[in-house]
Amino acid sequence: MSDRVPVLKIGDILLVSIQVDLEDQMVLDLQDDLSQKIVATSARGVVIDISALEIVDSFVGRMLATTAAISRVLGAETVVVGMRPAVAMTLVELGLSLGGVRTALNLELGLGYLRRAQASSPENR
Amino acid sequence: MRDYPADEASREEVPIQASGDVVKARQTVRLLAQQAGLSLVNQTKLVTAASELGRNTLIYGGGGTVEAVVVRDVARVGVWVRFADAGPGIPDMELALTDGWTSGSGMGLGLSGARRLVDEFELDSTPGVGTTVTVLKWAR
Ligand SMILES: Nc1ncnc2c1ncn2[C@@H]1O[C@H](COP(=O)(O)OP(=O)(O)OP(=O)(O)O)[C@@H](O)[C@H]1O
Ligand SMILES: [Mg+2]
Repeated sequence: MSDRVPVLKIGDILLVSIQVDLEDQMVLDLQDDLSQKIVATSARGVVIDISALEIVDSFVGRMLATTAAISRVLGAETVVVGMRPAVAMTLVELGLSLGGVRTALNLELGLGYLRRAQASSPENR
Repeated sequence: MRDYPADEASREEVPIQASGDVVKARQTVRLLAQQAGLSLVNQTKLVTAASELGRNTLIYGGGGTVEAVVVRDVARVGVWVRFADAGPGIPDMELALTDGWTSGSGMGLGLSGARRLVDEFELDSTPGVGTTVTVLKWAR
């Protein structure tokens, strides 16, 4: 059995903090777990903290993009927070722009973004 | 790619047979990159390239090995890494090096992206025999 990345629920937000160098299977499991949990908890937002990640390659990059797209379809907004500058520079040179992925410099800014996004969503107006 | 003198004491070889081995390969390359004094950005670029190439060795090559060593040129130090497999090979190398081209379900960024991330890059492949990708990143 492979390890899984924990998904924490805080209010209507799911928080994932990736703390270890991930094997590909763990990346796929995380994508599954998040999709399930968004539905199970009716989460409105997802924060993925990658500040501990020393690299983001095309596999992890694709997971971030796919997760953002899936969560949007399920009614939750995803923010990726804490990307290291060296990782950002490398990702761009690799050819991954993560166009559809909302990012923020740190957890606090990411949560702030989600709060504002929720406040201005149509059903709260 | 030229042959550069290697620090034999630093040489590491990691078999790539399972996805956990790709993680090991990344960590091995990271250690050598630190040993060679690569900047953090250059370490990140080399390790990311190694991750892409190691995954290709596993997925398309059916497994293989990664070998890494610190090398020296006149006034610079670098890390040399070679991925080798005895898999099906790549019939059209130019196509495989095109951004966005994949024979599978990837994004087709591994080979082309890895080439951009390193200073020297060499792809050798013979259908039915296997594939070898050699990369080098200098500290500067
Ligand atoms: N070691 C190898 N042996 C055989 N074929 C390979 C090997 N490495 C790459 N290829 C071929 O080259 C293609 C392009 O590889 P590349 O890494 O650029 O993209 P990908 O692996 O398909 O997707 P990505 O890496 O973006 O997830 C692959 O789809 C595969 O057909
Ligand atoms: Mg690849």
